Amino acid sequence: MDTIINAFFNIDIMRQAAPLLLKGAWVTLQLCAVVIILGISGGLALGLLASSKNAAVRLPAFVFIDVFRAIPPLILLILIYAGLPFIGIRVPPFVAVCIAFLLNNSAYFAEIFRSGIKSVARGQTEAARATGLSPAQTQAYVILPQAVRNVLPDLLSNVVEIVKLTSIASVVSLTELLYSANMARAVTYNSSPLVMAALMYLVVLWPLVRVISRFQRGLSISS
Amino acid sequence: MSASQPLPTLEITALEKRFGETQVLRSIDLKVANGELVFVIGPSGSGKSTMLRCCNRLEEPTSGAIHVNGKPMLGITRRDLDRMRLQVGMVFQGFFLYPHLSVLKNVTLAQRKALKRPAAEADARALEMLDKVGLKHKANAMPGELSGGQQQRVAIARALALDPKVMLFDEPTSALDPELVGSVLKVMRDLREGGMTMIVVSHEMQFAREAADRVVFMDGGVIVEQGIPDEIFGNPKSERLRAFLSRVSGEAA
Ligand SMILES: Nc1ncnc2c1ncn2[C@@H]1O[C@H](COP(=O)(O)OP(=O)(O)OP(=O)(O)O)[C@@H](O)[C@H]1O
Ligand SMILES: [Mg+2]
Repeated sequence: MDTIINAFFNIDIMRQAAPLLLKGAWVTLQLCAVVIILGISGGLALGLLASSKNAAVRLPAFVFIDVFRAIPPLILLILIYAGLPFIGIRVPPFVAVCIAFLLNNSAYFAEIFRSGIKSVARGQTEAARATGLSPAQTQAYVILPQAVRNVLPDLLSNVVEIVKLTSIASVVSLTELLYSANMARAVTYNSSPLVMAALMYLVVLWPLVRVISRFQRGLSISS
Repeated sequence: MSASQPLPTLEITALEKRFGETQVLRSIDLKVANGELVFVIGPSGSGKSTMLRCCNRLEEPTSGAIHVNGKPMLGITRRDLDRMRLQVGMVFQGFFLYPHLSVLKNVTLAQRKALKRPAAEADARALEMLDKVGLKHKANAMPGELSGGQQQRVAIARALALDPKVMLFDEPTSALDPELVGSVLKVMRDLREGGMTMIVVSHEMQFAREAADRVVFMDGGVIVEQGIPDEIFGNPKSERLRAFLSRVSGEAA
């Protein structure tokens, strides 16, 4: 028992590692803010394209969504960070992560927005257009608010996935939470910093996960 | 156009509509005068909804022309179409209120965004229209809290608030429980008294007898027969109309 506590829950080591981990957590937080905003924006734009009546617009959007949902984000990240220099483009780790996440997250968010838009009755669009609202106004004031409401649990779940996924940024030496924790582990020969990192994720994400399952229960009761 | 004949509020000329290979409307001509209530009847699939939906281009006509107060609905830019649509109010069988907006916001949205009315003016107009349909006290309710009849009256108020020149009703009471039909028909009757120009597709034959100026019978994508209600119901000329009326009255009995 003591060995387990010593190896994974060593308070002294956690205390020592805390400043480093907090710095890493700060980077993770910034990273999350940027990639979530990028992903939602890209996903919304892509989701609207994928909902278009015009096949010439819709099909490329579908291909993009399918391709980037199928490629493992870690491969994408390494390709961008380590592969692009071979064609003369060198990007800093943070930017590489942002690009990889933009491609991957947009595809996921787009699919969620698309299914949300599809879930809104066609009559809603017709009613709005019949009152003289333009296509853009119809989307903004009538369709999207209902679409987002219909897929809110999925959107939040995706945010949780993205927050966890930012830990892959450690492979390109971005000093986010996992990278910092792993560094502390290597220095101290002790896994407690990793456990601490996991706990930090848990503290932030648990409430969010609870909210999501409350939503989902609410939805399944009302439907 | 001769000077003695006033401009029709709505004019449908040689309207054709095909969905792929199926011809749904063939050469429809219809003029609706200012303040007139035209009631459209016909069997299922005869093209009644398609004709109404072509009038504000929710359905794109294959050929022909639509004019509202002499202004064309076809061959205009999308912006101009949006502006023209303000003059053509539409009420659907399924109401289609915006479920995420309060009753008041349902009635102000297009006033604000399409007509660009200031907020205070739009609110005042919305309350006035809600009062007209007897639902001013529900202004802050959500659509989901209303009965079907109430929702349909809000949908009517939403269209009226834009000051349309003509109102199109596509089976406005068909989705309602029988006891709620009366309240919607009463609003429509009030509208007619107020001089609104209306085209009504419906199966409420009693309403047609009382309120319609003219009844149009459609079958197979053409207008087969039209006339004043007494003529159409009392003395149908065509075999198809006779068959339709006996079928309908058979169902009602
Ligand atoms: N989007 C569409 N694509 C293909 N065919 C259509 C479409 N909309 C309508 N139709 C066809 O056009 C014909 C006329 O339909 P419409 O809805 O205008 O009839 P209606 O007279 O309103 O009938 P109902 O009394 O059942 O409402 C029908 O045969 C229908 O199947
Ligand atoms: Mg119909």
